[in-house]
Amino acid sequence: MKVNQILKMLLQYILLIIGGFAMILPFLWMLSTSLKNSNAVFVMPPQFIPSFITLDNFVEVFSAFPFLRFMLNSVFVAVLATLGLLIVSSMAGYAFARLDFWGKELLFMLYLGTMMIPSQVTLTPLFIIMRMINWTDSYQALILPGFISAFNVFLLRQFFEGIPKSLDEAVYIDGGGHWTIFLRIIIPLSKPVLATAGILGFMGSWNNFLWPLIICSDTKKMTLPLGLSLLQGRWTTNWNMLMAGTLISVIPIIIVYVFAQKYIIKGLSHTGIK
Amino acid sequence: MYHSKKTGSKLTAGVFLSPSIVGMSIFVAVPILVSIVLSFTEWNLIGSIKWVGIDNYITILKSDKFYSSLKHTLYFISLYLPSVVVISFLIASLLNQKLRGTNFFRAIYFLPVVTSWVAVAVVWSWVFNGEYGLLNYFLSFIGVDGPSWLTDPDWAMTAVIITSVWKDLGFVTIIFLTGLQEIPDMFYEAASIDGASGRQKMMNITIPLLFKTFHFIIIISLINSFQVFDQVWIMTEGGPAGSTSVIVEQIYRNAFRYYKMGTAASLSWILFFIIFVVTLIVNKIKSKMEVE
Repeated sequence: MKVNQILKMLLQYILLIIGGFAMILPFLWMLSTSLKNSNAVFVMPPQFIPSFITLDNFVEVFSAFPFLRFMLNSVFVAVLATLGLLIVSSMAGYAFARLDFWGKELLFMLYLGTMMIPSQVTLTPLFIIMRMINWTDSYQALILPGFISAFNVFLLRQFFEGIPKSLDEAVYIDGGGHWTIFLRIIIPLSKPVLATAGILGFMGSWNNFLWPLIICSDTKKMTLPLGLSLLQGRWTTNWNMLMAGTLISVIPIIIVYVFAQKYIIKGLSHTGIK
Repeated sequence: MYHSKKTGSKLTAGVFLSPSIVGMSIFVAVPILVSIVLSFTEWNLIGSIKWVGIDNYITILKSDKFYSSLKHTLYFISLYLPSVVVISFLIASLLNQKLRGTNFFRAIYFLPVVTSWVAVAVVWSWVFNGEYGLLNYFLSFIGVDGPSWLTDPDWAMTAVIITSVWKDLGFVTIIFLTGLQEIPDMFYEAASIDGASGRQKMMNITIPLLFKTFHFIIIISLINSFQVFDQVWIMTEGGPAGSTSVIVEQIYRNAFRYYKMGTAASLSWILFFIIFVVTLIVNKIKSKMEVE
């Protein structure tokens, strides 16, 4: 019995380690390749630890492409898009949770209805609209669509409705109105769900590829994923430089992940509970 | 007076809602309406718009390219969905054991989820390289001469599927894990007292109680797989020889390579219709299973 349990535990660890290895290996392979010179890349069997380590690839990537600019664009776009998303969605969520107005049910149904439409449906028309108002290659076009998410309005409304209305009474007695309730009660009590919405929004914006691909042709406005795809188009077989570029593009999000890992995993796991 | 204060005046509601409504109109509602109109027209972005009725839909439904992209999308789903569900469920079951270090492993498995699709696809293109790639090197250990994955029409889609499973399994694992942790220990203890084996516990407690989680994961994964694009575009652009051409890749190609705005719009509505019907079918199966 005892021996059986130890064997079982051992087997579980072995499986977890093999799986974990498969998850981490591509990242290590990227790191290893990014430190090699062109000759060492095409050597069989591959060297996992390069015999000669060079940082030339990183220098080359930064001089050939405005990678710092891509990075700053990504940060700028993702931060503003996330802030806007949180403000717009929480205000709308509050209206649906606490206010009474004509057509509320119908409007909410319409919001939910749009969630069924795949984003590809709106993609082409949205590009045409942006082109008509001369917003292609603009930060507005990259940021503003990120403010809008029916899913987030829904998520926040559900959470706000769970906050007891009796708390509102205290504000009324003190002569406060809806803004006071919204800012002093609802928002402070909703930190977990706001964190979830914020993380989802940030990651969505940071990793977004298709929309920037359509709306951006000017390298000055490109975000990291698009910049990286540009790199890939140029250097199809210079794997060491490609891996250096990829490494640069994933470092910021991995740093964020290391520090906020608990919140990110927890936040994303909440999307599944409905 | 008191009542109107509680439920808010029209003005208050207007202020709270207007940013969202304006945004939803510009970025969602108007584009949806434009897309409907566009799907009945022919337009190349520059010339004049020509009304063609349902011609776009008919052309698409008669074209081989549409059926081959649909076939490839379905092929993607048929391998991706079972793999990601089974592997993630196994990992979640392992992580749910009271072992030391599960938090560490959970963090590792989740790493690809936070990484952008573009970065993942570029790295895996290198892993799949026919001559110098890591995968074929490992395969050579067991005497397998690996194909040149991404340039081989027989293997390119498999490579895309492997990459997709690798990228997404962390997310699906977390959803399963949340479900598993909600099952009270008491159930398992009671079953142990009755002498149930591990397998019996799995079949009679875990899987039935995770029914809702399975349903959620299948619906989400189905919807996402019908919209597969980023990895395909970076790894193969739909090639070689159109062997990884999928529906969204066709939408993108029609709109931004061929400048056929009408065709792209019609195709996106066909995609909507397919997703809608498939979701309905899955929900129907679900309610049927719940009754039994």
